[in-house]
Amino acid sequence: MIRKTLFAVSVAGTILAVLRAQSAAPTFDITTLHVQGNVYMLQGAGGNVAVQTGDMGVVVVDTGLEAASGKLIAAIKKLSEKPLQYIINTHAHPDHVGGNDAVRRVGTTITGANVAGNLTDATQGAQIIAHENVLNRMSAPTGKQAAFAFGFWPTETYVSGQKEIHFNDEPIEVRWQPNAHTDGDSLVIFRRSDVVATGDIFTTLSFPYIDIDRGGSIQGEINALNNIIDIAIPKHEEEGGTYIIPGHGRICDEFDVVEYRDMVTIIRDRIQNAIKKGQTLDQIKNGKLTLDYDARWGAKTGFGTTANFVESVYKSLTAKK
Amino acid sequence: MSNMRNLIVLLLLGVGLVRIASAQTAGAVTPGPGLDLSGSWAPVLHEDFPERIPGPELVYYSGLPINDAARLFALSWDSSRLTVPEHQCQVHVSPYMYRGPMQLRIWEERDPQSQRVIAIRQYIQNYEQNRTIWMDGREHPPEGAAHTWMGFSTGKWEGGILSIYTTHIKDGWVRRNGLPESDQATLMEHFIRHGNIFTHVSIVTDPVYLTEPLIKTEDFLQVIPQGQNWVYPCESVVEIQRPRGAVPHYLPGENPFLHDYADHMKIPLEAALGGAETMYPEYQMKLAGKK
Repeated sequence: MIRKTLFAVSVAGTILAVLRAQSAAPTFDITTLHVQGNVYMLQGAGGNVAVQTGDMGVVVVDTGLEAASGKLIAAIKKLSEKPLQYIINTHAHPDHVGGNDAVRRVGTTITGANVAGNLTDATQGAQIIAHENVLNRMSAPTGKQAAFAFGFWPTETYVSGQKEIHFNDEPIEVRWQPNAHTDGDSLVIFRRSDVVATGDIFTTLSFPYIDIDRGGSIQGEINALNNIIDIAIPKHEEEGGTYIIPGHGRICDEFDVVEYRDMVTIIRDRIQNAIKKGQTLDQIKNGKLTLDYDARWGAKTGFGTTANFVESVYKSLTAKK
Repeated sequence: MSNMRNLIVLLLLGVGLVRIASAQTAGAVTPGPGLDLSGSWAPVLHEDFPERIPGPELVYYSGLPINDAARLFALSWDSSRLTVPEHQCQVHVSPYMYRGPMQLRIWEERDPQSQRVIAIRQYIQNYEQNRTIWMDGREHPPEGAAHTWMGFSTGKWEGGILSIYTTHIKDGWVRRNGLPESDQATLMEHFIRHGNIFTHVSIVTDPVYLTEPLIKTEDFLQVIPQGQNWVYPCESVVEIQRPRGAVPHYLPGENPFLHDYADHMKIPLEAALGGAETMYPEYQMKLAGKK
């Protein structure tokens, strides 16, 4: 469990270090972009945040960094003053769940009258939905140190397949993507708005960060990217139609994910070929196998660097089954 | 001395008149010859014909200022990539689009009250693309906005020339044999009208794959459409059964067509592999010196 705590601290530290490198004091200015239908993308809180609004209330996908939660809540309230009822976590990293506690507190759970009448705290705070592995990564057995405090934890989990909600006259699917970026990734699909929030399975800012220590794998990552492509339907000549909100970066459509999938698949094949030839990790790292993509996708710092990506693919491909 | 003084006065007057004329035309929207591109246009394909209609040969990268990353990308590119359903309807991005065999319709959108030009619209038959060039001084979208095949364009008249700046372009190609253009590329264009012909000048800057801006030109001739149906329906289908998610590509060093173009044209491979140096006439001298 100490490892979990260290992990959370280290991830948060790295993210803050990146933010500090960009600016002496992160200001967390939130930019709100209308994606399509009832769905918006909020940038600037850490990971991207998706917000769905309507007559019934508000659904939020991911909650950014803890330090940004005040500005994030203000930006959400600008979109709607209706009750914030659901938070959905795409995975357990601090730049996506850091605002859970604060955002949850400004929300509410609408329960049946019999329950609410007997349990005075039953309506306090929004529900937090995630795959069970997200809860496992964030929590700890009694007596052990958890990576996150209790208030951050998912309140409702699912163990396989998908979780379904119908809210604001829209079916919402939360689909588990096994062993991709982590072992607890979910795609969140707004079926009427035709928008998919991917979490960090897909980003437009860097190579994928495959968190091997937290159950991620290159094949799971590629499977998940192909799942996004299967879900998305372009409107005309591979453009528009289903819109994609990545974990970081800009709004995309299917073709953007296709190009990213192609890149990840090609690099996987090259590293697999090098492994077959008996090359070591150092030889592969020095082999310029990602040269054609480095300038676009190799992050200068943080998790999505070329070295991190190549190493995670190598470890994933050479892991004992 | 008197003559010299008169000459200086005349020169100063001349410079002053030129400045006044420049101030009147720069950025001003004064209708006049060349300031309206409305109508239907067809490409004049004499320029770079082999690349534009038959299509470029594989591993023909000459004359383009590509870097090593672009070269590796292209050498890995298997043309079977275009049989993958999601690539079948892949559109030429705006920096490449005007190279194609396209019909083009241009019209103005004006404010009904003031009659000011809000936008110049284009319908491009190739892939049925609709392009908008905003003329009302609006800002480009934030970084987080989606990219499109045509990108987001703003324009202004500079004298008789329509100058356009485009951002938010999707990933595409600078030559349709696998040479990539990234979604970080930006485009400057100039539409220059000479009667019933206009010249299109494009200047692509791509920090990911180009070492210097790539400048190209194409000519278009005004035409009167005679009932043609300018459509380009594209519907993807599974053409080849493959494992899910398969991406056709060549592993490094395994492109079987590496020497085809160079051997066919009897040029050294390094010339076929392109780079900024191969754009300039001096390169021929360099190659000649090597023989």
